[in-house]
Amino acid sequence: MIVIVDYKLGNIRSVENAFIKAGAKVSVSSSESDILKSDGLIVPGVGAFKKATDNLKELNIYDTVIKSIEDKKPYLGICLGFQMLFTESIEHGTNPGFDIFSGKVKRFKESVKIPHMGWNSVYYLKDSPIFKDIPEKSYFYFDHSYYVSPAEDKIVAGKTGYGKEFVSAVCEGNIWATQFHPEKSAGIGLKIIRNFIDYVG
Amino acid sequence: MLAKRIIPCMDIKDGRIVKGIEFKNLKDAGDPVETAKRYSEEGADELVFLDITASSDRRKTQIELVRRTSEEIFIPYTVGGGITTVEDIKDLLRAGADKISVNTAAVQNPDLISRGANEFGSQCIVCAIDAKKNSGASSWQVFIYGGREPVDIDALKWAQRAEKLGAGEILLTSMDADGSKDGYDIELTRAVSEATNIPVIASGGAGSLQHLAQALQVGKADAVLAASIFHYGTHSIKEAKEYLKKKGIQVRL
Repeated sequence: MIVIVDYKLGNIRSVENAFIKAGAKVSVSSSESDILKSDGLIVPGVGAFKKATDNLKELNIYDTVIKSIEDKKPYLGICLGFQMLFTESIEHGTNPGFDIFSGKVKRFKESVKIPHMGWNSVYYLKDSPIFKDIPEKSYFYFDHSYYVSPAEDKIVAGKTGYGKEFVSAVCEGNIWATQFHPEKSAGIGLKIIRNFIDYVG
Repeated sequence: MLAKRIIPCMDIKDGRIVKGIEFKNLKDAGDPVETAKRYSEEGADELVFLDITASSDRRKTQIELVRRTSEEIFIPYTVGGGITTVEDIKDLLRAGADKISVNTAAVQNPDLISRGANEFGSQCIVCAIDAKKNSGASSWQVFIYGGREPVDIDALKWAQRAEKLGAGEILLTSMDADGSKDGYDIELTRAVSEATNIPVIASGGAGSLQHLAQALQVGKADAVLAASIFHYGTHSIKEAKEYLKKKGIQVRL
């Protein structure tokens, strides 16, 4: 069973509906045992970075999620679930993340409109299963004010231009994550979700 | 490159789509979820539902609409109409809405924007502004209660304040142009777009594809909202996008 981690932030229902539409059995849960028993984890989320990590800690599942990732459980992070993989975010002060990957979450410069909101194209930096059968430069839906700046290039699956280029997807082993919202990116987004379902098996 | 967005808008009353001129003379225009599905398949980038139901069970029918929409629609959508508390915002987001728009309640209680943004993030708080041009001046006055009541607030200043309070987007409706099919108020759209650093959705007055292009190119809008040209089949979303692409505007096709 794939578990969508509910940490009481943002629009979980659309992620759940997208997985159902894509043909997967999913459960929405905040329980440690459900997370540990799951075959794959989805951490979605929109909202503030610190509120997200605080909520995970309050629910006593912060370390559980990190342990699951380290134990090679398939992980799909969306938006905040992507940003939290990194060392720290500078949103509202400096706040630590999972530190699975080295890197920082930074704010867009004022030379562009913030949030970066709408459909933007993604180009690929490597062949990765997350984008299997999806043409390069497809449009995905973004809605964020902060972006990830990873220390290592090898994890980067896709980049997107907004003022300058930023990392819009990573894919490294069991860890898949996107800054954009596959659950809101029409048919092409559902394809990413199907790719993840196939990967979990 | 970020694409310009085409957003069909549905005015909802008692769970049905309605369309009128200057918020009056309402006609039935179909089932919201069925229509939303068609728009999504045609390539709409986002959807907006503005609920103008006045009855006391509005919240219930709104939540029901959001639930149904969420099961069928996999593009972002905004819900507005009568949202007055942080609890309202939370209920609609939990039911599946991606964004909510606030209008009258935010003018009366600007704190609603900041509290909503702090709790749920700026990206889901849309500040809707209904503005009417002051005669003989390049300034616009804010109206509330669906355009029925003027308030002593300048539209540009209100847009800037809404951004500071944490709104992630402005849905800007020209009271003068709305329902006219004579084109958007380009001057208003451009003034608000230049005065703020958050996305601006132009609304009110779209009667042709050329109007969409004008609002995006001359009015510097990030997105265009339209109702009647799509509802009554004058143009499909796909036609609109192909037209805009020919005009050199970046769109998702």
